[in-house]
Amino acid sequence: MSKRPADERVRDFAEVDLGLSADEAVAEAERCLQCKKPACVGGCPVCIDIPGFLAAVAERDFTRAAEIIRDENMLPAICGRVCPQETQCEGVCILGIKSVPVRIGSLERFVADWERRQGIVLPSVAPATGKRVAVIGSGPAGLTAAAECARAGHAVTIFESLHEAGGVLTYGIPAFRLPKDIVQREIEQVLGLGVGLKLNHLVGRSLPVDELLGYDAVLLATGAGLPYFMGIPGENLGGVYSANEFLTRVNLMHADRFPEYDTPVRSGSRVAVIGGGNVAMDAARVARRLGAKVYLIYRRREDDFPARAAEVANAREEGVEFLCCANPVRILGGPVVTGVECLRMEMKKPDESGRPEPVPVEGSEFTLDVDIVIEAIGQGPNPLLVSLIPGLERGRKGNVVIDDAGATSVAGVYAAGDVATGAATVIWAMGAAKAAARSVNEMLKKK
Amino acid sequence: MYRIEKAAKTAENIFEFWIHAPHVARNARAGQFLVLRIDEHGERIPLTVSGVDGDAVRVVFMAVGKTTTQLARMAAGDAIRDVAGPLGKPTDVKDWGTCVVIGGGVGIACTPIIARELKAAGNTVIGIIGARNAGLLLLEDEMREACDELVVCTDDGSKGYHGFPADILKKLLAERTIDAIWIIGPAIMMKITSGVSKSFGVKTFVSLNPIMVDGTGMCGSCRVTVGGETRFACVDGPEFDAHEVDFDELMQRQRIYVDQERASLERFHEHECRCGREDA
Ligand SMILES: Cc1cc2nc3c(=O)[nH]c(=O)nc-3n(C[C@H](O)[C@H](O)[C@H](O)COP(=O)(O)OP(=O)(O)OC[C@H]3O[C@@H](n4cnc5c(N)ncnc54)[C@H](O)[C@@H]3O)c2cc1C
Ligand SMILES: Cc1cc2nc3c(=O)[nH]c(=O)nc-3n(C[C@H](O)[C@H](O)[C@H](O)COP(=O)(O)OP(=O)(O)OC[C@H]3O[C@@H](n4cnc5c(N)ncnc54)[C@H](O)[C@@H]3O)c2cc1C
Ligand code: SF4
Ligand code: SF4
Ligand code: FES
Repeated sequence: MSKRPADERVRDFAEVDLGLSADEAVAEAERCLQCKKPACVGGCPVCIDIPGFLAAVAERDFTRAAEIIRDENMLPAICGRVCPQETQCEGVCILGIKSVPVRIGSLERFVADWERRQGIVLPSVAPATGKRVAVIGSGPAGLTAAAECARAGHAVTIFESLHEAGGVLTYGIPAFRLPKDIVQREIEQVLGLGVGLKLNHLVGRSLPVDELLGYDAVLLATGAGLPYFMGIPGENLGGVYSANEFLTRVNLMHADRFPEYDTPVRSGSRVAVIGGGNVAMDAARVARRLGAKVYLIYRRREDDFPARAAEVANAREEGVEFLCCANPVRILGGPVVTGVECLRMEMKKPDESGRPEPVPVEGSEFTLDVDIVIEAIGQGPNPLLVSLIPGLERGRKGNVVIDDAGATSVAGVYAAGDVATGAATVIWAMGAAKAAARSVNEMLKKK
Repeated sequence: MYRIEKAAKTAENIFEFWIHAPHVARNARAGQFLVLRIDEHGERIPLTVSGVDGDAVRVVFMAVGKTTTQLARMAAGDAIRDVAGPLGKPTDVKDWGTCVVIGGGVGIACTPIIARELKAAGNTVIGIIGARNAGLLLLEDEMREACDELVVCTDDGSKGYHGFPADILKKLLAERTIDAIWIIGPAIMMKITSGVSKSFGVKTFVSLNPIMVDGTGMCGSCRVTVGGETRFACVDGPEFDAHEVDFDELMQRQRIYVDQERASLERFHEHECRCGREDA
């Protein structure tokens, strides 16, 4: 598998990672030991029969490989690209103990991309049950749940507030990691199962809650799209963005191609991104592609970055400069940003063991001259719809409380994905959605 | 796609469109807005729902930049790519007693629907509408019908009272008991007019119009400071307690993209000259 050179890729939004060739894929799949008790399957939240599909790849039977994957995962081209495999399937692959794990994610991606070129054969759908299911949100959780319920023969409608489906896959993760035509194709496959999609519908407003509750089952998959702000002075100056806004302007609205597209973005010549997660890395790499010098400010050490190691490496190669052990205390300027004042941080281990905590070093203020600040410090569950449903129990962080079956405190209403767990990962959202959808199917059988 | 059912110019640079959008029409209440995107390349812009008739909603807008200018060029039968809504919290309609509903400029678009709902809830409603000159006054007949009393004013005296809505409001507050006030118009007008009611301690709402992207609470572009706290106008508003709003910050944030907006409009006009029609 090869990557495009950094100096080339910072000039466009085309995919960084070029994927495996067929021969590379076969050779890689042949490394699999075909374990009797495959640890890898336990590491995959949707339990793909990994040795099964790897065996098929090794035999060059890519069609069968694709079918095996699709039994458990309707979005394989997406997952093969964005799953944090190093902590999931590949993280527990037995080969990883002594050498390198099988590159399961890359192989999944290879098979999905191969299948897309051949024309996809959709799984079969059970005869119509006449039951109506409403799925709210078209991110990975909503798409997965919709596919699962549609396969059981229910009439499923997905409601999405934006003008495009896909949730974070569409507006959040940039095209150089996840090309948008691939997202589109996998969405079309879900719709191909007979799932209805209503865009521009903000449920709770475009569809009142009492009408929503008139469905035989409701599955909330509204995600964790509420951006947090640090709450420091200067935050509302022109040029301060939440990562959500910055990424939405570019990924969904194509502000990188302004004025051909109408939505503008301030691209800036010097950008500070605050945060150390995947979202921060994405924002920093997008800002680089808009031509800016980019600093990434993180309050802990580089070793503590919650982002995937591969993405940190990509960001570094692309020239993002890391300022670790630093914390912004004030954004300077008016009416637009001119700089950000930071404090240096020191890592102190609290007495009761635990993770070392960053503490500010007194008198260590320094100023970084920047004209854009992007805050990527986290997101919470979207409060709008869930606050409108009477009796819906929520946790401290605003997340919808669910039981093991994915059921909420309101009869007939289920939830899955980031709205229940808080910001997590694509595949965890999908795993939870599958479980919740199966509960819905069980419940509807009895209804 | 959402079809434009009727399109008319109602005043200098101001247009009134009826758009077929059943999901918005069926659920819209006073004070709410929609977000539309004309085509694949379009920006998402918020416009107040100014009326409902069956499955259609009315928007009244001023052509100020690229998107509104392009929209103004469209005609009945044309289609708009996306219409999302209704968005935002509805107006706090209840029996307040005596209410004043003030519209300034294109802000008048929002007022009849608010006045009507307030009236239906048992209030006595006094309307004040103001514009720079008589040619820019909107929806006067509708407001006259919706309100118990209506005062019309113009900055240049070409129609009605010669002066600003703020002057009328001041007089009203001195003479009568007013229980709640709505002020909708340009930010500077809302700032000045709501300043008048502050010393009287009368509950006053303004409908804020920061720059928005999604309009659903997921980006924070629309953040405003109200009572010292950051709020998202698209989901926490757009109506807020006027006496708590940081208007100066709002006005600053409305200007974040002036350069790009100018470039975009110029480019649009150039294209128009060259091909005699809108951007293809
Ligand atoms: C920039 C970024 C990068 C990321 N990178 C990765 C990565 O590399 N790997 C990974 O595994 N995870 C990554 N994640 C996390 C991952 O994207 C999320 O965990 C996942 O998308 C959650 O899926 P979901 O379906 O629960 O919600 P979402 O994807 O957030 O989808 C929710 C959808 O619901 C819609 N919605 C909300 N409210 C309503 C309503 N009332 N009515 C109608 N529609 C509504 C929203 O518009 C949205 O489309 C990243 C996240 C971000 C923001
Ligand atoms: C909740 C809400 C309801 C609104 N309702 C209406 C309405 O009913 N009728 C109407 O004519 N307009 C309304 N607006 C304003 C309308 O959204 C803007 O005029 C529109 O986005 C301008 O787009 P444009 O591309 O034509 O102009 P742009 O090129 O984006 O801007 C041109 C000029 O308009 C100013 N401007 C841009 N966005 C806004 C804004 N959101 N508010 C005020 N000024 C802005 C800019 O500073 C600039 O000077 C509303 C705004 C909000 C937030
Ligand atoms: S879906 Fe993700 S976790 Fe499961 S096998 Fe594929 S890459 Fe691994
Ligand atoms: S754990 Fe590794 S070697 Fe074993 S079956 Fe899974 S992929 Fe193959
Ligand atoms: S417009 Fe995005 S949060 Fe309000």
